[in-house]
Amino acid sequence: MPIAVFIALQFLREGKTASSLVIAAVGVGVTVIVFLSALIGGLQQSLIDKTLGTQAHVVVRPPEEVPRLLRADDAPADTFVASRVQRPAQRVRRIVGWQRTMVAPGADREVSVVTPVVSGPGFAVRGTASKSVNVLGIEPSSYVRVVAIDDRLVAGRLPDSGAEAAIGSELAADLGVEVGDKLRLQADDGRTALFTVSGVFRLGNREVDERWVLLTLRSGQTLLDLVGGVSSLELRVRELFDAETTALRLGAATGLVAQSWMNTNSELLTALRSQSASSLLIQAFVVLAVTIGIASVLVVSVVQKRREIGILRAMGMSRGRIVLVFMVQGGVLGMLGSFVGVAAGVAVAMAFRGAVADARGAPLFPISVELPLILTAAATAITTGLVAAVLPAIRAGRLDPAVAIRHD
Amino acid sequence: MTDAVIELRGVTKDFGEDVVTRVLEGIDLRIEAGEFTALVGPSGSGKSTLLNLLGLLDRPTAGILRVLGRDIAELDDAELTALRGRSIGFVFQFHHLLPALTAVQNVLLPLAIGDGHVTAAHREAALEGLRAVGLADRADERTTRLSGGQQQRVAIARALINRPPLVLADEPTGNLDTATADEVFELLRSFNRRSKMAFLIVTHSPELAARCDRIVTLVDGRIVEDRAIEH
Repeated sequence: MPIAVFIALQFLREGKTASSLVIAAVGVGVTVIVFLSALIGGLQQSLIDKTLGTQAHVVVRPPEEVPRLLRADDAPADTFVASRVQRPAQRVRRIVGWQRTMVAPGADREVSVVTPVVSGPGFAVRGTASKSVNVLGIEPSSYVRVVAIDDRLVAGRLPDSGAEAAIGSELAADLGVEVGDKLRLQADDGRTALFTVSGVFRLGNREVDERWVLLTLRSGQTLLDLVGGVSSLELRVRELFDAETTALRLGAATGLVAQSWMNTNSELLTALRSQSASSLLIQAFVVLAVTIGIASVLVVSVVQKRREIGILRAMGMSRGRIVLVFMVQGGVLGMLGSFVGVAAGVAVAMAFRGAVADARGAPLFPISVELPLILTAAATAITTGLVAAVLPAIRAGRLDPAVAIRHD
Repeated sequence: MTDAVIELRGVTKDFGEDVVTRVLEGIDLRIEAGEFTALVGPSGSGKSTLLNLLGLLDRPTAGILRVLGRDIAELDDAELTALRGRSIGFVFQFHHLLPALTAVQNVLLPLAIGDGHVTAAHREAALEGLRAVGLADRADERTTRLSGGQQQRVAIARALINRPPLVLADEPTGNLDTATADEVFELLRSFNRRSKMAFLIVTHSPELAARCDRIVTLVDGRIVEDRAIEH
């Protein structure tokens, strides 16, 4: 065993009470970090999952239609043309050459999946009941990798033939339809088609569950009079929080409008960032308190062990090894504290999850303690121990052995 | 002439910057292998300062200090520390054992510090050292549970474990009763007779000084007498 480690461990063993208190203090700090991170992380993940459960990370669509003043250019130079420019009603528009356009996001290394979608307004009619709906023509195999709607099916399956449709659970309830029933869809230009309900999904978003009707891409194109075309490309990116930069890059590359979830949910994003910042601030203060705690104990230890340090120096121990003795003590205190803290943090998180549950026993707060969090917390504690030991260790290394030996 | 373990020529030691106090002046001293020397003098005569210089815990303000032929002025701090570890053994009045360690752990320290690691061989050597001072059966006791005389024996075993050419003993019997002091002194003497290790013993006891081979007397920072004792 290295001599510095040997002596450090003996010093820690000698000051059992102080060592135990510091380990407990570090443990409490690590517990707070683990629990808080697990809670905030779980809450944020839940919020993001709920938000992104119904939308793609990035949506690429054609630019909105804007009117052009044709007469203004033809008018003589000294003529004043008075006009009132009115914004046109937006139609379902296609992405020109969408198969070619898909190449750009498909080749982007930040993009994991691209799926074509055609969407537009319509009505779902059954008997005398009629509901306004949003018709989406999708390629189910790729669409479910962007929006995991297959996980949210409460009955049946997604459409896999032209005559099938999957509808939201609220819409199914409103119209009184079940899997296997017939449903007539009508586009806003009056064209209609009859579909068999192949599945019912519940995404937990009332607006979506009341209005979404999923068809195959081809059926959607036919119903919305966009044969061979798509109205948007929907993407999933590898890094959720890189969606905005990816959208900007794709917008520039394709000349289309690319909008990220971060842009469409900016308030949520601000809330998440504020929450993260608050959590980090609390953790920073915890780390600071732990650092001061370890440092103060080691400073006292250096004072108490002046004579021992002098004796070790007299016996030929270098300044560097004396420094190491105290650095090892800091590291060991941090490490043992991290073991205690991680165990306590996981226990508190699990207990909290069990204690705060709804009537069905499902946890109200999604808390997950994962390995990276545990490793980060442990590394933080050990680093904190080492950093806290730096000043006391340097102080110990600087002691004059002749003076230290005579210290009483 | 035999080889000098340590040699001081014209050594001066001052303390203070604004107000300079000269503690040692013109010290010429040569200690040879196997010598058993007493250093005597009244309090404040500079014995501790001289001991710090001889123990390489401090450097002279002026003059030459050679250890095993090496001028310490040519050594940096790390080299001086390493030389001290190899060449000097210390026995203090209050034993200065590490209370966190057991007797055997205290004794193995000079070997482990020299090698950078604690090994089983160090423990074996330390047990042998404790056997030589009659404390092998107390090897795994905390030193705080040993008597004053036993603690000083452990300190002697520690000082001698790596066979240093020079052992400096600062009033090694000053804190012991007469009988124990006599035992400890005889222990040092017996090690000196069995080895070529030189001993310099600081003592206030004229009786103990008289049992050494040589007495160096320091007064007001100067060596006023340096005489051999015929037994």
